[in-house]
Amino acid sequence: MNKNIKFIQGNDVCVEAALYAGIEFFAGYPITPSTEIAEQMASRLPQLGGKFLQMEDEISSLCAIIGASLTGHKAMTATSGPGFSLMQEALGYAVMAEIPCVIVNVMRGGPSTGLPTHAGQGDVNQARYGTHGDHSIIALTASNHQDIFRMTVEAFNFAETYRTPVILLLDEVTGHLRERIEIPEPGNITLVKRLRTAVKSGIDYRPYLPREDGRLPMSDFGDEHRYNVTGLYHDMWGFPSDNPKIVYGLIRHLVDKIENNSHQIARFRKYHVKDADVLLISYGASARSALHLVENRRSRGEKLGLLELQTLWPFPCEIVREVCKNVKFTVVVEMNMGQVLQQVKLAVDMPEKIFLANRIDGELITPTDIRNILRVIQGKGV
Amino acid sequence: MAVKDYIRERFFPHMWCAGCGHGIILNALLRAVDNLGLNKQDIVMVSGIGCSARISGYVDFHSMHTLHGRALAFATGVKMSKPELNVIVPMGDGDALAIGGNHFIHAARRNIEMTAIVMNNRIYGMTGGQFSPLSGYGSMGTTAPYGNIDHDFDVVDLAVAAGATFVARTTTYHVHELSDLIQQAIVHKGFSVLEVLSQCPTHFGRRNKIGDAVDILKMYKKRTVRIGSDKKQTDPDLIERGVFVKKDLPEYCREYDQLILKSRKKK
Repeated sequence: MNKNIKFIQGNDVCVEAALYAGIEFFAGYPITPSTEIAEQMASRLPQLGGKFLQMEDEISSLCAIIGASLTGHKAMTATSGPGFSLMQEALGYAVMAEIPCVIVNVMRGGPSTGLPTHAGQGDVNQARYGTHGDHSIIALTASNHQDIFRMTVEAFNFAETYRTPVILLLDEVTGHLRERIEIPEPGNITLVKRLRTAVKSGIDYRPYLPREDGRLPMSDFGDEHRYNVTGLYHDMWGFPSDNPKIVYGLIRHLVDKIENNSHQIARFRKYHVKDADVLLISYGASARSALHLVENRRSRGEKLGLLELQTLWPFPCEIVREVCKNVKFTVVVEMNMGQVLQQVKLAVDMPEKIFLANRIDGELITPTDIRNILRVIQGKGV
Repeated sequence: MAVKDYIRERFFPHMWCAGCGHGIILNALLRAVDNLGLNKQDIVMVSGIGCSARISGYVDFHSMHTLHGRALAFATGVKMSKPELNVIVPMGDGDALAIGGNHFIHAARRNIEMTAIVMNNRIYGMTGGQFSPLSGYGSMGTTAPYGNIDHDFDVVDLAVAAGATFVARTTTYHVHELSDLIQQAIVHKGFSVLEVLSQCPTHFGRRNKIGDAVDILKMYKKRTVRIGSDKKQTDPDLIERGVFVKKDLPEYCREYDQLILKSRKKK
């Protein structure tokens, strides 16, 4: 009965999880609907000896956490659409310089200032394609508080494992919704520590020379190894290079280190998928409505299933193809114009059997909304 | 130690044009570090983008070549997370005061301990000679072919107004003064701004018909005076050199240490 149970909003769960994961540095700028994350960090981090910085904008917020990560600290920022747009420049830098960090985007309605206090899931593509140039990225999401906790910790773990920025896409609904969360005991979720180099002082340390397993051991700024970090294409010492072989090798490395491990990074939940005739695919707040509908219809004997995605990027193509194979049709449930729908269509053998159930008016898509669309697809009328 | 012990010889020759002032600043900076007896491992140099920004690759410190204008933001993260490090941030004029202007005033306002060196050659050199916010009214650039109608910032006034607690100016002609001011800026416990009037003979000198590097240096010799010089009374257009502001105010990282103590009492 000594369980650490709380009744808090999703943004606060994200903070609890980041602290569990060992965050030591947070920099951010207030923006709805993510502000509670900054507020909680401002309150909690100094008590633990960590640092909270309110910067002048979102650009500098991401820059600051990249700097803090280089001195060996786990670091995170949190924002929403407009701030995420401003962060794209530094996001690209973190990708190129391979700096572990976590960026939380509590999505609201866009584009532009859009709907600051309403629900949206329109930043899925921005997470993947927002910054310029070819690269890969890891983006995670969650639909309930226990999973927000889990995925926040996973975000820190992936950031360290793959030396990359990781994006956590929450949304206004889950961010502000209050529900029960049981904070896991320390040690219940494995934490990935920063991999530091074993190269001794005085021996040539090459910060961008991957080990055989593809991982790149780091050295903290302030420790014995002094090296260069740049957003330019660079050699294994981190010094700028436009040598075509080095450029080719680096871009392949940046893409392959994530894409080749997409099966390791894929996180998802399956509900009644095995014998399903009709499959829903959803994520975030939309998945709550999808799950509600599935459970409701199952109780009436309809063979409805749900694949809830928690890893959005790299897109888990194989899992999606597999679960869609034997169903009559699939409906992607999301609050945008079909950003995940497009990925599902690319993944499956018969894209004509993939449909969209969405809302783009700032309101949470309801089980009734999804059911109505199912009826249309099934030719039962509205 | 010899100056060459502070550089990464592997990465030379440098990419600056013949006559560029930035090498003089690098030289003065290394002498300043040597005079202060600083450990290379305790120094982080964070730069942005531009000719000036390449300086971070040449020094044998921890170095970060970041985004255009954002060097101070990255540096703030480095300093806050490891306050025992000496953080030096060389920036170009466009880097520091156009795209980076907001980060500049806010870093000054926080009074976070770091040394911001504005390497002011009054032009965007790397992109080929466009006017910067420090080019000045009437100057010529590839984007000001009919003469610039933008007025320039006074870096010293701006830094003072924004709250920097050490503000100084010198030129690449006055090399001993330059090295001395860099030392003072590094030692200062707060946000230090040092404006260094540097020369870009390739773009600014040529387009503005000032001449080559030597001509620009001679101009800096003739057209600048020490703060408080009588000459300034009779010729108000002369540019003053020296330390404009030096004051002790609470430094940001130390303030945060106090905040940590306060937060623990409230726990």
